[in-house]
Amino acid sequence: MRQIDAAKITETVKKLCIDANYYLGKDVMDALEAAHKKEESPVGKEIISQILENDKIAAEGVFPMCQDTGAAVVFVEQGAFVFVNGNLTEAINEGVRQGYKEGYLRKSMCDPITRKNTGDNTPAIIHLDIVPGDKLKIIVAPKGGGSENMSFVKMMKPADGIEGVKDFVIESVKKAGSNPCPPIIVGVGIGGIFEKCAQIAKKALLRTIGSKHPDPFYADLEAELLEKVNMTGVGPQGLGGTVTALAVFVEVHPCHIASFPSAVNINCHAARHKEAVI
Amino acid sequence: MAEVKRLNTPLTDEDIKGLKIGDNVLITGEILTARDTAHKKMVEFLDKGEKLPFDIKGQLIYYVGPSPTRPGQVIGSAGPTTSGRMNKYAPRILEAGSKGMIGKGEMGAGVPDALKKYKGAYFIVVGGAAALISKSIVANELVAWEEMGAEAVRKYTVKDFPVIVAQDCHGGNMFVEGVKKYQRI
Ligand code: SF4
Repeated sequence: MRQIDAAKITETVKKLCIDANYYLGKDVMDALEAAHKKEESPVGKEIISQILENDKIAAEGVFPMCQDTGAAVVFVEQGAFVFVNGNLTEAINEGVRQGYKEGYLRKSMCDPITRKNTGDNTPAIIHLDIVPGDKLKIIVAPKGGGSENMSFVKMMKPADGIEGVKDFVIESVKKAGSNPCPPIIVGVGIGGIFEKCAQIAKKALLRTIGSKHPDPFYADLEAELLEKVNMTGVGPQGLGGTVTALAVFVEVHPCHIASFPSAVNINCHAARHKEAVI
Repeated sequence: MAEVKRLNTPLTDEDIKGLKIGDNVLITGEILTARDTAHKKMVEFLDKGEKLPFDIKGQLIYYVGPSPTRPGQVIGSAGPTTSGRMNKYAPRILEAGSKGMIGKGEMGAGVPDALKKYKGAYFIVVGGAAALISKSIVANELVAWEEMGAEAVRKYTVKDFPVIVAQDCHGGNMFVEGVKKYQRI
């Protein structure tokens, strides 16, 4: 067994919360540069250039790239040979608490009914996986409300098939319109059960832009969906244009013979995720 | 940057009539901030026929909820919040003399008609370009309803604050017309 101190996890989560909100990934920056060249609408082009400028200012470390610094979504892959010395959940929440305070990040978590703010952006939304090995991988993916609100789960019929998924994705992007601050990244979960398809759709958003699904069938589907999404005309900020999405990522899971669940989770251009391995 | 117009607040009917969807505008002067709770309260005042504790004539209302301010800075990141939530209040605020709103996303319900009737414009700032926007805010002070905390009404002094006209007083709506132009599916 390898022992990892809870304090080390707190420290790591704290840093990842801050880094994610100030330093946009190079893959997203490159995709925005490419989008700037590609966008046909002059207004859309101007919007993308403002986004690029914004992300450069954020990288100076004073202003987070967006004022909505998100709910703290944390994916943990814990090696089966790792023993955490302390309470993992509490260690993560403490990291969020410290990161959001020290990073001057907005605290957005509240009671769903009274709307009273929890004051420190906790609790984090934690997804834990046990994997082989003796390492602990932590991914922090702050998720803004505007794009998260544009999430959809559909319990389709097996007969709907792949065409059903395509229609569902395009419909969702159109319905989302300007709300998730396009250009967006589209995460699609196919299969599993109700919560599984939603979870893999979210996990899809962690992929590096430019990466392809390892299965050529789904890699082709990703390419086709991206092309179609960009034909919706939604465009940057929903004001019309040829770049609505920077990427479409699909994740797949087997499902029950009677079911065919599918989920769409949208990320905004402030596509934040940072990871560390302890 | 594409061609830009410059406007100084407070705005007049003439300023608004000269704007059309897709215009890039740099705003200089003062703008007021308000979100859901402050709007509710403003409308309560107006319903009772009372005067608001601040002047909104010719003013623009910015829908914003910034991140915390670092010591030595005027403000944190201050990008727009979703405007649609203010659909039901905005026509009343325009009626009371405001010349428009700044936010993100389309405004519906009675807003397009109110923009025509009261000569107003709806501007968007690029959602998620909050750091860039903050650079154009040079002062930030409390105006009213401190007890609302993050939802209190504030006044931002802005210099070359970058906005785009999304819905104008001539019935133009870029969320509809812009998308139609590029839609192929
Ligand atoms: S959707 Fe994303 S970019 Fe837009 S306001 Fe929310 S967090 Fe910021």
